[in-house]
Formats: sequence, C-alpha cells, structure tokens
Amino acid sequence: MAADIISTVEFNYSGDLLATGDKGGRVVIFQHEQESKNRPHLRGEYNVYSTFQSHEPEFDYLKSLEIEEKINKIRWLPQQNAAHFLLSTNDKTIKLWKISERDKRAEGYNLKDEDGRLRDPFRITSLRVPVLMPMDLMVEASPRRIFANAHTYHINSISVNSDHETYLSADDLRINLWHLEITDRSFNIVDIKPANMEELTEVITAAECHPHQCNVFVYSSSKGTIRLCDMRAAALCDRHSKFFEEPEDPSSRSFFSEIISSISDVKFSHSGRYMMTRDYLSVKVWDLNMENRPVETYQVHEYLRSKLCSLYENDCIFDKFECCWNGSDSAIMTGSYNNFFRMFDRNTRRDITLEASRESSKPRATLKPRKVSTGGKRKKDEISVDSLDFNKKILHTAWHPKDNVIAVAATNNLYIFQDKIN
Amino acid sequence: MEVDRGAMDCAVDAQSLISMSLMKIHSSRTQRGGIKLHKNLLVSYVLRNARQLYIREKYAEIYRMQQYEEVMAVCSGIQELEPLEPLEPLEPQGAEDAEPEQPGRAAGCGDESRAAGGREPPEPPYYRSCCMEDQFSQNCNKTTVLDLDTHVVTTVENGFLHQDCCCAAAAAPQCAPGAAARKRKVDSAGCSPDAEEPSDYTAGRKRLKREECSGADASNISNLISIFGSGFSGLLSRQADLEQVCSKQALASLGAWTRAIVAF
Repeated sequence: MAADIISTVEFNYSGDLLATGDKGGRVVIFQHEQESKNRPHLRGEYNVYSTFQSHEPEFDYLKSLEIEEKINKIRWLPQQNAAHFLLSTNDKTIKLWKISERDKRAEGYNLKDEDGRLRDPFRITSLRVPVLMPMDLMVEASPRRIFANAHTYHINSISVNSDHETYLSADDLRINLWHLEITDRSFNIVDIKPANMEELTEVITAAECHPHQCNVFVYSSSKGTIRLCDMRAAALCDRHSKFFEEPEDPSSRSFFSEIISSISDVKFSHSGRYMMTRDYLSVKVWDLNMENRPVETYQVHEYLRSKLCSLYENDCIFDKFECCWNGSDSAIMTGSYNNFFRMFDRNTRRDITLEASRESSKPRATLKPRKVSTGGKRKKDEISVDSLDFNKKILHTAWHPKDNVIAVAATNNLYIFQDKIN
Repeated sequence: MEVDRGAMDCAVDAQSLISMSLMKIHSSRTQRGGIKLHKNLLVSYVLRNARQLYIREKYAEIYRMQQYEEVMAVCSGIQELEPLEPLEPLEPQGAEDAEPEQPGRAAGCGDESRAAGGREPPEPPYYRSCCMEDQFSQNCNKTTVLDLDTHVVTTVENGFLHQDCCCAAAAAPQCAPGAAARKRKVDSAGCSPDAEEPSDYTAGRKRLKREECSGADASNISNLISIFGSGFSGLLSRQADLEQVCSKQALASLGAWTRAIVAF
C-alpha cells in the first residue's frame, strides 16, 4: 500500500523511542524493550509503542490544491517529564504531539458506575474516595499545538533549537522561527524569494539548528551551497555569516550537473564542529571553520554517474537521500538503491555496503557486505549496476544516539539492526 | 557548455531531453500536493542546458549551410564562365557529424566566415529564411514548443518555423504545413539542397508574424519560472494567456497546434 511508505525515521534523545512517519500521515513509535533477564547478552528489541494519525489530507480552496498528509519530518523534543513530545510536519502544518502513558485507572466513583452510567442520586447513601487501580498500559497521543498557515511553499525541514523553547521550520523559500508555546505567530528569519519569481535560481532544501549554539543554524540550497546564519546578527538572516561551497569540477559537467549537486540533507555532527551534506552521488563532511571545500567526501554510488539520463527519465534523480552520524561522530550512514545502505568510518576510511531485505537479514543473522560491480568482470556475489532495483530505495536512516543500533526504512518496511554484544 | 556525451548511457539527444523535461513539467501540474517548486526548478535547468546545446548545434548547422552556400555561389559563378562543367555540389562538411561542438571552434568558424566574405554571396531564395537571419545574434528569440498530442518538439524563432528551411529540403514534395509537425533531427543537416525546388519551398514556407517574446536570453529561465509564479495561483489562467498569445501569432494557423506548452 502506498500509504505505508515510510517517509521519516527518528530516534529520540535517549534512543529509547524510535518514531516513523509515513505517506498516509500516520506516526508509529517503537520502544526499546528492556533486555530480558534470561538472555542478557542480547539487546532488547523495538516493539510498537504507539500509533496515531498525525495529519489528514486537506484541501486549499483558495489555490485549488490538495495538501498531502505525508509526514515529511519528525523531530523529538528533549524529555522534561514523564510524557514524550514530538513535532511532526507535512507540507504545510506542524503539530506538537504529547505521548503519555496511562497505566492506572480511577475506580469507585460516587456518581457513576464502573461502566459509566450515572447513578441515581437518591440511591447514594455513602461517599467513598476513588482509588487508582492498575490497568493495562495505554499509550495516548494527543495534539498539543498546531502551527499552521505560516508556509506558502512545501515544508522540507523542522529542527528543535538547543534552547528547547524554539524551533525552526523551512520551506522552499523561507525559514520561520517558532516558540513551542505560541501557535499564532512565527518569525520569518530567512526569505530568499526574489521580487520577481522569474529570477528564481535556487531554493532551500534543508535547515538545521546548531546542536549547542542556539543562535546558529544552517540551510542548504538546490545549488549545492550551505549558509550558516547567526540570529544575533540581524532579525532577518538573509545575509549569511558563512557560505560553504565547493567549486564545481568543470570536467564533469553534464546536462544534469545542477540536479546532482542539489543538497538533499544537512546534519550537524553531535559535537557541533562539523556538518554533513548529502547530494545525489556523494556525502560531504564540512568543518565549520573552512568554507571553501569539504574536509571529507565519500562517494555513495559513483557508478550511477553514467546512468544519469535514465535516472532522469524515471525520476530517480530527484530522490532525496538523507544521511546521519553515529553517536560519537566517527561514522556516517546514508542510503542508496536496491535496498542498499552505506556506512563510512571516518577514522579508518573504510566503507561498507549492506542490504536491508527480508532475504538477507534473518533475525540474529549477521549482515553480509554487498558490492556493486562497476565494470569488467563481475565477481561472484557482486551485483551489476544494470540489475539494481531502483524502486527499492533507502532514503531514510537513523542512528541511535549512543549505541550501535540503526534504523533503516526500506519503502514500507522498517529494519532495525544492532551490534552483537560479545 | 561542454557535455561529456561519452558518459551518457541512453541517447542523450538534446531534443529528447527537452521533450522529456516539458512532459515532466506538464505532469507535475496534476500531481497531488501541488507543483513542487524544487523539482520543477531542477527540470528547468536540464531544459536550459539541453536547449543551449541544441541551439549551439543549430548554429553549427547554419554555419555549415552557409559554407555550402558560398561554395555553391562560387560554383555557379564558375558555371557562368564554363557552362559545360557539370555542377558538383559539395556535401556540407561534417553533415553527419554528431560530435559535440568545441565552443572555441564554433566561434572561430563564425569569425572565419565573416572574414572570408567581404562580398555578399547571391542569396538563393530557398536560403533566405529564418536560419540565415541574424544567425550570429546573441539575442535569439526562440520558443521551444511541445505539442502534447503528437509529442513533437519544434522551435519557433523570430516567428519563423525552423523546419521550413532545414527539413523541407529532405522532404521536398511535402512543403505543406504538415511538415511543420515533423520531428526535427539534428543530423538532417545532410539534406541536399540541390534536390529542392525553390518554388515549392517558397510556397510551403509559412511566414509567421514576428513573435514578441520578452527577451528570451538563453541563460534565463524566466518565462518558465513565471509559469509557476508565487503560490502557483492563477496557474490555469496563465496557461490560457500563453496559449492565447501563441495563437495570436499565427501558430493557430497551423492546424496541428491544439494544446502546447510554451517554454522560454
């Protein structure tokens, strides 16, 4: 079912909860089960914790446009009490959800029966104090805030600020700053819409708040550039503080140069010193102190460079891959086609290609590294570029903030892989 | 723009890329969730790149035609002197050559031919056409149109249809308006003009009114972006406007144009 296609995956701050959003507007949250006492050498599994419908399809009557219910992004808030909070967004509206547990129920009311029927007041001869009785765990999700009508274009990113009070939302041309408590107002902090739309040459593709400095954020563009902005400098951050761009290699120019240089994701490292960008063929790590080129570049699937025309024809060239850091920033991960995903170790410079599929990943089995043969003789176990399935794409991956546990979304299936504990 | 064609897997014909891109833009209008600005912006870049290459190849073709024309003029001059000599038309050089043009070479050739001809070669009527007019102009008012019914891409320049001058030669009997709907191929530059009847050609060629497009600079994505406009409201009315404009300028006179997207 198309509505089951997973469109976003995100661990919370502790890694205890994993949220997924899908094309049908649903959010499914998984919880890490405690390790079983019988088998302490195995990590606990992730089981469904809560499911709710976050967004519904809407219709904009003014523009005669349907607004998709697909969840574009989910971001968790840091936990402050027993309840969990997350932000989920579709193309136009951001919602703050509260997910709370209920495992007790009050019993012994005076005015009504256990099944809720009102008691006849004349029958009540004595008063009792209701008591809390245990009940089966119930997880409830309720929308606490709805942040609407602030975006003319399609929202592509949301990011919670390190002050835990504000967050930003970005669409193709604008970035807004919100306060989590205030829904009827937001501040526009970036606006790249030209006075004359005919002069439009680039759009905003992703934005993120700095993990520690609450005044700093970055946004990437379709032209392959990243701008870092400081909110202390001005109310409207149209002028960047830093501008990151790698000069184009003129020898690799093609019809599709603009498309493949468009950045689809930008993520700060946990340390806040680096950031990573994903374009169609590669992942780049940038040092925030060096603007003229990335410090590391990793080729994800360079063998696709000669296939760009077919990929343009079947629209795959527009796929927006995400990328993520591990907890210690020593490794990065991103997806590819044929249900392959790639991991790069920044220290050893080793990389690995793995596959997320039922056939190749039985429970408890170790994943086998995969290889795509790029030409000449195809070795055994290698896959040729022409037999890659471009309908099986891994766009969304997430890495546990502390442990070596990863979540990989392959179309409508979620795979969770973890390291064996020895 | 240098294009590494060797690296492409499918037939990266500029024209097929143009039609593919226009189809994408058209189908995006009916997609759920509204037109995606980012995707269409990227498609318009491909469209621009393909068009730039296409125009460059066209200019190269024009240059070859002009070279041939000059040779023909010399030959006919010789023929006047020596009427017994059979006329040997030369094939335009590199007619079948589909290699990408070196930008430097194209420019150099242009200069060369300008330098070579202080004299005005006599203009055979079948070459007085849109191709020859203003061929070295930087401001080329071209409109690339995709007919959604026949999936044919045609370029209209300064109000004249290109097909008339280049392809009509290859299909001499059909100089009727129907020829306008034929898909043009770049390598049709190999058409041999000597097979052509000037009178048929003149009759078949449509002179359209000069089109007043707002300066379609090759590097400007302008008119295309304006179709998407802010908020995309009024998109339907905008399309109707564009279609009206085109029909005013005698595109309507060609029966085949029922629905078309005008780009640039």
